Amino acid sequence: MSKTPIYLDYSATTPVDKRVAEAMIPYLTEHFGNPASRSHSFGWTADDAVENAREQVAALVNCDSKEIAWTSGATESNNLAIKGAANFYAASKGKHIITVMTEHKAVIDPVRELERQGFEATFLEPEPNGLLDIAKFKAALRPDTVLASVMLVNNEIGVIQDIEAIGNLCRANGTIFHVDAAQATGKVEINLEKLPVDLMSFSAHKTYGPKGIGALYVRRKPRVRLEAQMHGGGHERGFRSGTLPTHQIVGMGEAFRIAKDEMALENARIRRLRDKLLAGLSEIEEVYVNGDLKQRVPHNLNISFNYVEGESLIMAVKDIAVSSGSACTSASLEPSYVLRALGRSDELAHSSIRFSIGRYTTEEDVDYTIDLLKIKIEKLRELSPLWEMFQEGIDISKVEWAAH
Amino acid sequence: MAYSDKVLDHYENPRNVGVLDKNDDHVGTGMVGAPACGDVMKLQIRVNDDGVIEDAKFKTYGCGSAIASSSLVTEWLKGKNLDQAMTIKNSDIAEELALPPVKIHCSVLAEDAIKAAIADLKQKQAIEV
Amino acid sequence: MDAVYFDHNASSPLDARVLEAMMPYLASGNASSRHSFGRKAREAVESARQQVAESLGAHPTQLAFTSGGTEADNLGLLGMGANLKPSQIIVSAVEHPAVLRTAEAMRRQGWQLRKVGVDADGLVRIDDFLAALEAPTGLVSVMMANNETGVVQDIAAMAELARQRKAVFHTDAVQGLGKMAINFAELNRHGVGALSVSAHKIGGPQGAGALVIDKKLDIRAIQFGGGQEKGLRGGSENVAAIVGFGAACSLLKVQQSAQHTYQLREVLEQGITDLGGVVFGANAKRLSSTSFFSFPDVDGETLVVALDRAGFAVASGSACSSDSTDPSPVLLAMGVMPELAQGAVRVSLNHSNTMHEVQDFLQALNHALNKMQQLAAIAA
Repeated sequence: MSKTPIYLDYSATTPVDKRVAEAMIPYLTEHFGNPASRSHSFGWTADDAVENAREQVAALVNCDSKEIAWTSGATESNNLAIKGAANFYAASKGKHIITVMTEHKAVIDPVRELERQGFEATFLEPEPNGLLDIAKFKAALRPDTVLASVMLVNNEIGVIQDIEAIGNLCRANGTIFHVDAAQATGKVEINLEKLPVDLMSFSAHKTYGPKGIGALYVRRKPRVRLEAQMHGGGHERGFRSGTLPTHQIVGMGEAFRIAKDEMALENARIRRLRDKLLAGLSEIEEVYVNGDLKQRVPHNLNISFNYVEGESLIMAVKDIAVSSGSACTSASLEPSYVLRALGRSDELAHSSIRFSIGRYTTEEDVDYTIDLLKIKIEKLRELSPLWEMFQEGIDISKVEWAAH
Repeated sequence: MAYSDKVLDHYENPRNVGVLDKNDDHVGTGMVGAPACGDVMKLQIRVNDDGVIEDAKFKTYGCGSAIASSSLVTEWLKGKNLDQAMTIKNSDIAEELALPPVKIHCSVLAEDAIKAAIADLKQKQAIEV
Repeated sequence: MDAVYFDHNASSPLDARVLEAMMPYLASGNASSRHSFGRKAREAVESARQQVAESLGAHPTQLAFTSGGTEADNLGLLGMGANLKPSQIIVSAVEHPAVLRTAEAMRRQGWQLRKVGVDADGLVRIDDFLAALEAPTGLVSVMMANNETGVVQDIAAMAELARQRKAVFHTDAVQGLGKMAINFAELNRHGVGALSVSAHKIGGPQGAGALVIDKKLDIRAIQFGGGQEKGLRGGSENVAAIVGFGAACSLLKVQQSAQHTYQLREVLEQGITDLGGVVFGANAKRLSSTSFFSFPDVDGETLVVALDRAGFAVASGSACSSDSTDPSPVLLAMGVMPELAQGAVRVSLNHSNTMHEVQDFLQALNHALNKMQQLAAIAA
């Protein structure tokens, strides 16, 4: 039997791979120098490690290591890319921004901040399967569209957007194109030599690296400019000041090296587990998969269990660590805005679970999860007046509920 | 979200889950809340000819606190007459279950469910008389 | 022999006990997740918040964790500036670039930047400071202790003056933490509104810092998304680094460490003076761990490289700017001649350094200076 709680929340954060931790520890202990110190070997050793990690990150996404700037994580990368590019190009291009309603808060919130500063933003609604209609994106582009930001892989439903098509439209329109790829590394191939993307955000801790470190890809040909958001010693060619946390950078490099080496095999294994989980859960009545199943990373399964309330569902499945939406919004009782944007009702949004499978998920974990869900859903439905009404053939959407 | 032991107990072992015949003249049914708000409570009571509540059943779609609140009131209702039942206050429920402030609405809903069930019963019996 | 590390102001080695505290959290959950993994991470962050707050005489709710001192400085200035009508921002001429460059960037939002000078000892000229305050001033930022010279400013006195002019006062305390007593509650009574600190200068990990802020002040986030740190700093918390920061703070023995480094530095500076060196800021109150000095007619870069070969890691100016060969702006602001400033070398100690190391260093220094003089004589 699996050891509980079973971790199925790899999209919130991943454990650090042991090999990553091993690579990091020497840089916490003997090689502790500040990589900006140019006057002694402690500094040089740290700097070499930082540059080696930069190569490793660049190799996973096929870009030049000079195009990689370190940040404290994907949130900072997104902030730097969006505010930095919008502010730099506003005077020459304009103040219109396009993004999508289902983006991560780390994209939506900086765009909202820009709106406060006088930019105009279009939040595109995705199709019910979570994917963006390219024609709608094209129609939204304006001569003054300075920036577009579209995520590669959605954190809640795992769908993969057609970045290449969107990027080509941006190119033709002279619009800077930013992509949040925090959920994508190690899960989908990224080839920045080919992709028409100007800026791309990465995170280490979604790919078995440590928290507190991320990177921003900034294209050099054609060169993309940014207004720095963090000022100071002029680290990272002035894009981002602040002492580089060497051990974390080393960890990110090693994590991305492992991802490059192992993603093909790993993704095949994870896909088998996900498909098994889907098949098992599909045996339960009235379940709905959220988001397109084909154009989707194999790691993600987001399912709504109809006639069961979300929070009691989370309580019922406390032996598995899952998410009822993005981790950042878990503290609030609001239904997932991503699922709402797909047109899901509040009830179905409330009763959704995101299962995210990863490197250490086993077949036993999946079996346990399927059995657990079957038992718990049945129990909660036995308790549910809505399930009773459904079985009596009452259309719940037609019932007039007393407001409260 | 930290739940009190009492909430967890009611959630794990809900009392009096089930259905009474809603067409029975001695049964009052109250349904409160809305799916879109995240909770729906259905509470039923059956009174004997002396007006004492003999049985109470519930079904709840909602969070652990909502389930616990409705489970608790079914226990409290049994053996009470309608006037006594009307005195059950949401604050009593919240206190008994040590509900955190964000969950007070669950106890309010449970109180509303009692009132709705009694109102339903009174209406039926008034028509009967 | 192992190299002797005399560059603690750049980055201090991680204490073994800090590493031990961090290890379980290198693989922790996301502190925002509600399941047990997430809750453990959340508890660890909150317990570290207690530890850091305690070492600063602050309340845990006054702390916002950041990615380091630079971000804390940026958040302090840009965040408080965002909710003020742009007016004048005053900084000292010897601030760390994290403050100086941020204040310069605020010009874009309409702020007037006024740099107040320092005297020959590196202390802010109070007359200049008062004169600057004549103009309507929204923000003031003066560092607690200088990263290069170690000179300690009278923050409380300046904050009092700023308060009289209704200006918000921020201090960069990155170099002060662990080396001198800091009590935010006390400073706050004198008018200090916000204070920045960093973990990796006190035996904690790189990648964690904090802004301590008076909750009465209006501050806006500069990094958005996720609403962490009560909306002040979006982004998943760097749990392990924050835990390490907390552990490092709980291990601080400020007075003991200051006394120890003071004894070492006395010997060090006596030796330097005997060899003909000049110590900067020697007449001012300084961090007892820091010594910034120069030898007339000796090239600093060459000396630093010679010392590195001899097994001593020292700095030529601050780490961030050590890429450049320009003389230290801090020394120039103190009126030091560029030729002398060019040769400056910084030794920064901590509790782990020994008298033996200092004596060996003086020997190596003597040797290096002799060799350089011989080479100079041959060349001449």
